[in-house]
Amino acid sequence: MKQNFRFSGTGGQGLITAGIILAEAALLDGKLAVQSQSYGPEARGGSSKAEVIISDEPIRFGRVTHPDTLLVMSQEAADKFSGDCDGSSLIITDSLFVREVRAKDARRVDLPITHTAREACGKPLFANIVALGAVVALTKCVTTESLERAVLDRVPKGTEDANRKALAAGYALAENN
Amino acid sequence: MSRVLLMQGNQAVVEGAIAAGVRFYGGYPITPSTEIAEGMAKRLPEVGGKFMQTEDELAGIGTVLGASLGGVRAMTATSGPGFSLKQEMIGMACSAEIPCVIVDVQRVGPATGQPTSPSQGDVMQARWGTHGDHWLIAVSPSSVPECFDLTRRAVELSEKYRCPVILLMDEVIGHMRERIELPDSYEGLAAARRKQPDVTPEDYLAYADTDGSKVPAMADFGSGYRWHVTGLVHDETGFPKGTPAATKNSQDRLRTKLEDHEDDIVQTEHYRTEDAEIVVVAFGGAARTAYEVVDMARNEGIHAGLFRPITIWPFAERAVRELAEKTQCLLVHELNCGQYVREVESAVQGRASVRLYAKYDNEPATPDELLAEIREAEKTIKGAK
Repeated sequence: MKQNFRFSGTGGQGLITAGIILAEAALLDGKLAVQSQSYGPEARGGSSKAEVIISDEPIRFGRVTHPDTLLVMSQEAADKFSGDCDGSSLIITDSLFVREVRAKDARRVDLPITHTAREACGKPLFANIVALGAVVALTKCVTTESLERAVLDRVPKGTEDANRKALAAGYALAENN
Repeated sequence: MSRVLLMQGNQAVVEGAIAAGVRFYGGYPITPSTEIAEGMAKRLPEVGGKFMQTEDELAGIGTVLGASLGGVRAMTATSGPGFSLKQEMIGMACSAEIPCVIVDVQRVGPATGQPTSPSQGDVMQARWGTHGDHWLIAVSPSSVPECFDLTRRAVELSEKYRCPVILLMDEVIGHMRERIELPDSYEGLAAARRKQPDVTPEDYLAYADTDGSKVPAMADFGSGYRWHVTGLVHDETGFPKGTPAATKNSQDRLRTKLEDHEDDIVQTEHYRTEDAEIVVVAFGGAARTAYEVVDMARNEGIHAGLFRPITIWPFAERAVRELAEKTQCLLVHELNCGQYVREVESAVQGRASVRLYAKYDNEPATPDELLAEIREAEKTIKGAK
């Protein structure tokens, strides 16, 4: 089974990090994963995209042409990166930033991701981890044990508790949806 | 013991270099190769090596050649604009036979081009970027584990044949992260050092072919052996000598020291080519699409295969000729407007048809796009029958 993920938003939202963490969690689960990314020449701002493919079989082509799950955290990213979704895709939006997506027949879940990060962890900075929690709760693509381990392996020392809270907030967002 | 990691291609190059015994890096960071400079800056001090960020790319390769003359395995990394700047010194390394590894993580060109997008537009520059007749080696990885292996191999080849080795990467592989299994210890993985002189300093001739291998022994600067390094045509002593005979001797040795060892240098991979009627020829990031498409085409009943040059230069002429004898169509897929295809055509010489699928729009080809090209090739073959 092969699952295609695309995380997109604005440079600086931590979506490439989120992609790396998801791929690492998949490896911890004993699966194979490839992560790729594209971004503009800017260090911040501009649209940013991270893609992850999780599979039991070797992954050759490493980019996503048809996302099973699309996370969009800016309207610009929604305009640019939702066109190749269809009725079989799940689109998760950050309701603070995204009004409309291009694939009208996709299953759409609007979640206040950045708002929740600010409420639960005090900073919008944790939005990527909240989003990861929501993605994993909605797709079950990796185990929550592996996800937590992958998050804690990747984040700066001293931020572990805030990141655990962010994950829990993400799970809750998805479950209460 | 080994560890399983999710790693980026550029990071795997760093680990390969450290494992191979590279202990000097000089360069100027540039997208999409910057993670190599960052990684070397972090890793080299941990193993007693030196990292130097120079004022520009020219100085970067200058320091690499200097370090190598001092006996240290040395490397630099760059992208197209920096690769252009380094060409003069690459010629110097060819002429003076100074081992070094130059990583070029290609971006879209020419000039500043498109920094964050993939391309394979430097494939001819890797061969002919510096002026004059010259001979060097280029290798191109298609996966993150292969970035580790081929970086080690690049260092080994440069030491063994005393020439620059280009690790020709593209953004697809440089920035992709995937699973890699690395040994816990790099002990025993260092590349064999260049051949050392077996004569006294008084009897040492820096460019004498003493064992018939065409590769002279190279003494480290500071070891008591004195020799002259120049980019002028030189004789066995290393001092300039531009007579017709000396010039021809020098060129013949530089050429045949690689030509005579092509069996050792040239590596290729065949994927499902045994009974293939259409063989995709692709390397680096472009090959990733091709593997997948070969399987898709086979599922449709098309006899497709993939031929992947791992060594890009010297060109795998014999392997391509042999392939052309037993297949009907070679479909060259490269991320540029069509460069390597000319080499393939010249090796095939009409034995099979050669088609080109050139992709040069900032994106790697999707499997569907390449599959459409294979279907077209299939139609042409069937139509011709």
